[in-house]
Amino acid sequence: MISQYEVIETNEMVEKENLDVRTITVGISLMDCIDADLESCRKKIYDKISRTTEKLVETGAYIEKEYGIPIVNKRISVTPIALVGGACCKTSDDFVKIAQTLDEVAKKVGVNFLGGYSALVSKGMTKADELLIRSIPKALASTERVCSSVNLGSTRCGINMDAVRLMGEVVKQTAELTKEQDSLGCAKLVVFCNAPDDNPFMAGAFHGVTEADAVINVGVSGPGVVRTALEKVRGENFEVLCETIKKTAFKVTRVGQLVAKEASRMLGIPFGIVDLSLAPTPAIGDSVADILCEIGLERAGAPGTTAALALLNDQVKKGGVMASSYVGGLSGAFIPVSEDQGMIDAVLDGALSIEKLEAMTCVCSVGLDMIAIPGDTSGASISGIIADEMAIGMVNAKTTAVRVIPVIGKGVGEKVEFGGLLGYAPIMPVNAFSCEAFVNRGGRIPAPIHSFKN
Amino acid sequence: MKNKTIITVVGKDTVGIIAKVCTYLAEKKINILDISQTIVAGNYFNMMMVVDRNEATNHFGEMSDDLEELGKSIGVVIKCQREEIFDMMHRV
Repeated sequence: MISQYEVIETNEMVEKENLDVRTITVGISLMDCIDADLESCRKKIYDKISRTTEKLVETGAYIEKEYGIPIVNKRISVTPIALVGGACCKTSDDFVKIAQTLDEVAKKVGVNFLGGYSALVSKGMTKADELLIRSIPKALASTERVCSSVNLGSTRCGINMDAVRLMGEVVKQTAELTKEQDSLGCAKLVVFCNAPDDNPFMAGAFHGVTEADAVINVGVSGPGVVRTALEKVRGENFEVLCETIKKTAFKVTRVGQLVAKEASRMLGIPFGIVDLSLAPTPAIGDSVADILCEIGLERAGAPGTTAALALLNDQVKKGGVMASSYVGGLSGAFIPVSEDQGMIDAVLDGALSIEKLEAMTCVCSVGLDMIAIPGDTSGASISGIIADEMAIGMVNAKTTAVRVIPVIGKGVGEKVEFGGLLGYAPIMPVNAFSCEAFVNRGGRIPAPIHSFKN
Repeated sequence: MKNKTIITVVGKDTVGIIAKVCTYLAEKKINILDISQTIVAGNYFNMMMVVDRNEATNHFGEMSDDLEELGKSIGVVIKCQREEIFDMMHRV
């Protein structure tokens, strides 16, 4: 029998420490929507998504009520649209029309984001891939809920530097086209190295081609829970610290597993994975940076930050992996800047720079995330930042990503407000020396020697 | 199969909290399996009930809303949750 103490512990995690299920994401294959005619392709996409997810929001609300656990977001990911639209899209504007269809259906079924306006180009780009990539600025400017991602490299294939160069420009154009909203479009655009097929988190969610027709992926969260648990072991050694993180991660992930299984049963869609990420929000206390401080740093960014984050990321995985039958997605600690009050404070106090964040991405679960940079940063410099991050992912056989926002019309020292879960961010300085000759070489960087495992 | 729900009541202690909750449950044919209650820090009331809803005459959502309302009327917070969430989190 469950004890009163255990009930109180669970409920305190929810009420005081921001424990929640961050997202139930339904992945949907759109391969059967491919059509040579654009209008009929759009209709098939609209019908399939609305048919598959018509009960998603209702189901989320039901589970929330029965178990008393908040489910913050209900979302959808789809097959990369470059594959789906390749047969019918002859221009970038044709792809934009598909984006608009995705936006319409997202609004109809009531999800706040839909991911998969994507292309997988780690080795080369097809004509369709390139058209889609070039359409991203317009697609994100003319839609509200569509998220876009591009996979630019992998450990097995190397880095597609042509696409890296192109994406630097695309990020810049997206910022320009959404400058009225502080370049918000860039918050919905992420580039990856080693992108996972089953990530439930935005902006990088897409439904990989290796996946089934439809699948439920759940992302849990709970930085506040970990931090509170660590408050109780202040001054203890690393063994105690690591054990505490593992036990807490286990408990948090179990909630995700329960919700995923229940959502899967109710919607009649197979359970895919639980993504056991520590995903912060701007809410006070819901911060990964605060965990780093609790581990013993004055501010995130202080010497020792990379080691503390490495330890955190690893223990979260170790604790979570036994709690769920299938773990996947990004799983680990996210380190976005604008979505984490502790990170924002660290930047404002001068403790955290882009270079330190880059070092941290070697050991966290993803990459440079939600970082506002000056609007006059050149496309080539953005490509350089992307190339660095892709190299870290490629060489270390991990997922890395870049989601930077060049805020048009603003410079270092100013702030940008995105609102809601996206938070606000101080604009961070970028190294001003040029990498243009490097980025303009063209071609691709070969896969590293340790990728040849056959 | 048991259909167990955990009801928690938290708030300032007053006369008749348990009576009111139990009366409601009896009316809806919800069977109480276990009750534990403590008073912490002087007069802070903390109660946990395990109930069986197999014969219940209402839906989970209705029970949850009704008890929430009842709680408000007597100045306590009443929460209903399926037992599985606690089992999952605290039992391997």
